[in-house]
Amino acid sequence: MENNMKISKSYRLFQVFNGMILMALCFVTIYPIIYVIAASFSDGAALVSHTGFLFKPVGKANVDAFKAVLNNPNIFIGYRNTLMVLTLGTTFMVMMTSLGAYVLSRRNVKWKNIIMMLIVFTMFFEGGLVPFFLQVQALHLTDTLFSLVLPFSVNAYNLIIMRTSFAAIPYSLEESAKVDGARHWTILFKIILPLSKPVIAVMVLYYGVAIWNGWFWASVFLTDRNLYPLQLVLREILIANDTSSMTANQDVIDTVNIAETIKYATIVVSTVPILLVYPFLQRYFVKGVMIGAVKG
Amino acid sequence: MRSVKRSITGKGIVLFLQGVRKDFKMNRTLYLMILPVILYFILFKYMPMYGASIAFKNYVPVKGISGSAWTGFTHFTRFFNSVYFIRLFKNTLIISLQTILWGFPAPIIFALLLNEIRTKWFKSSIQLMTYLPHFLSMVVIVGMIKEFTSTNGLINDIIVFFGGEANALLQKPDVFRTIYVSSEVWQTIGWNSIIYLAALSGIDEQLYEAARIDGANRWKQTIHITLPSIRSTIIILLILRMGRILTIGFEKIILMYNPATYRVADVISTYVYRTGLLEMNFSYSTAIGLFNAVINFSFILVANRLSRRYSETSLW
Repeated sequence: MENNMKISKSYRLFQVFNGMILMALCFVTIYPIIYVIAASFSDGAALVSHTGFLFKPVGKANVDAFKAVLNNPNIFIGYRNTLMVLTLGTTFMVMMTSLGAYVLSRRNVKWKNIIMMLIVFTMFFEGGLVPFFLQVQALHLTDTLFSLVLPFSVNAYNLIIMRTSFAAIPYSLEESAKVDGARHWTILFKIILPLSKPVIAVMVLYYGVAIWNGWFWASVFLTDRNLYPLQLVLREILIANDTSSMTANQDVIDTVNIAETIKYATIVVSTVPILLVYPFLQRYFVKGVMIGAVKG
Repeated sequence: MRSVKRSITGKGIVLFLQGVRKDFKMNRTLYLMILPVILYFILFKYMPMYGASIAFKNYVPVKGISGSAWTGFTHFTRFFNSVYFIRLFKNTLIISLQTILWGFPAPIIFALLLNEIRTKWFKSSIQLMTYLPHFLSMVVIVGMIKEFTSTNGLINDIIVFFGGEANALLQKPDVFRTIYVSSEVWQTIGWNSIIYLAALSGIDEQLYEAARIDGANRWKQTIHITLPSIRSTIIILLILRMGRILTIGFEKIILMYNPATYRVADVISTYVYRTGLLEMNFSYSTAIGLFNAVINFSFILVANRLSRRYSETSLW
C-alpha cells in the first residue's frame, strides 16, 4: 500500500514535469512562426532596432509590407503557376498512381511481381541528378510546366501505399460486379476509387504538398521567369535577398527598413494557404503515415 | 539422354509461352492500364540509369549518350584523387551521422513522453503544433533560419543577452552543422513521432497490467514492455534511414550554404549538383553520383542483412 502510494506520487511528479517539457517543446516549435507573423505587421524601423523576443508587432502595426508583397507581379505569377501545376499535376499523378496500384493489386496477373520488383528497385537505386536532367531535356520538357509534373508522375512509395489499400477491399464486391458484366475500368472507377476516399485524400495531400513546396527541379528545368512557381520567387526574395522588385519606389532608408518586414510578409503570404487548410487536413496526415507504415 | 532433356525443356518453353499468351489475352485490359505507369518508370527511372553510363564516357551533348567515347574509370579515379574526395566524404558522413544521432532518437523520446499524457485535448494540441513545421516549405524554413541567424536576428539577440558577441552565423563554418542539425530536428520531431505513437497505441494493455501486478513501476514498464514493443518499428526506420546515409537533405544545404561554409557544408550531393548542373561537367558529376548511389545501395543491403540476423526484422 505504502509502496503503491509512493509510485503514484512520483508518477504524478513526472506527469507535471512531462507536461512542462512538452509545453516548452511546443513553444520552441511554434514560436518562430509567431515571430514571423508579428514581424510581418511591424513597423520597419522599429523592427530593425528591436532586439529579443517578439509576441506582437513592434512600432505602429501596419500592412505596408503586405501591400508591397501583393503588388509584386512576381508573387502573382508564382502563385498562378503553382496553382496551375498543383491542380492539374496532382490530378494527373493521383490518376497514374491509381492505375498502377489497381493493376498491381489484382490477382492472377503473371508479370505483376516482376513489375513490382522493378518499381521497388527504383526506390533504392537511381541514375542520378545529371542523367535525370539530360533525360528530361531529351524529352523537350525543359522550360515547360510539364517538367514539374511528368518526371514525377508516380512516386513508388505512394504506389505501394495505394496498392496496399486497394488490396484490402473485399474481393467479393468485385466479383458481384463482374457477374453483372463490369470490366476493369468500371470496377476501378465505380467500385475501387469510391471506396478509397481516405487513401485518395492522402495521395492528394502527399503529391500536393510536394508540388506546393517544390523549388529545386523548377530551378533546374525552368529559365523562363514567367513559368517560375511560387517557391522559386520566394527563393529570390528570402535566400538571394532580392527585394528590389518591391521597394523600387521607396527612398534609401525606407528601403532598408521595409525590406526587413517584406521578407517576413512574404513568408506569411506564401504560408497562409497551408496554415488555413492545415487543421482540416490534420487527420489525413496521421492516416497517411499509418497507411504508409503498412509494409508493402 | 541428352535429346530427352532437350525435348523436356523445349516442351517447357512452349508451355511457358502458351501461358504468357493466355495471360496476355486474359489480362489485356490490365496491361493496357498499367502501360502509362510502366512507360513512366522506363522513361524517368530506367533511362537515367542507362544514362548513368556517361560516367564511363566523355559525354559530349551533340554526340549523345551512345555516341560519346568510352573512357573507363578515369572520372572515378580523378574524383578519388581530388582534394574534394576526403572533404566531401567526411562532411557527408559527419552531417548525416549527426542528424541520425540527434534526429533519430528525438521523435521516439517525444512519442514516449506524449504517450504518458492522458488529457486528450492537451495531447492533440501538442500534436497539432509540432506537426506544423513539416509542412513549411524548405525555402520558407531556410528563409526563417537566415533571418533568425542574421547579425540582428533573434538568436544573436539571445547570444548578446548572455554576454556573447553577435555574428552572421550562417557565414561561420564552425556553427553551420549545428544550425543544420538543430533545424532538422526542429522540423521533423513531431511528424516523425506519428509512426511511433501508432506503434505505442497498439500495445496490449494487458501486458502493463501483468507487469503492475509483478510490481513493476512506470519506468520498468517502459524498459520491459514499451520499448521492446516498438523495437521492430524502430529498427525498420533505422534501416531505411541508414540506406539514405549519403543522401542527406541537399536541397536544404544548397539553400543554406555559401562559399564561406563550403569547407564544412559541402556534401557529395551538393557537389554533384554544382559540378554537374552549374558547371556542366556532366560525365564527371555522373561518376560521383553513381559512386554515391552504389555506396548507398550497399549500405541498405548491409543494414537489412544485419537487422535480419540480429532482430528478425527486415525490409525484405
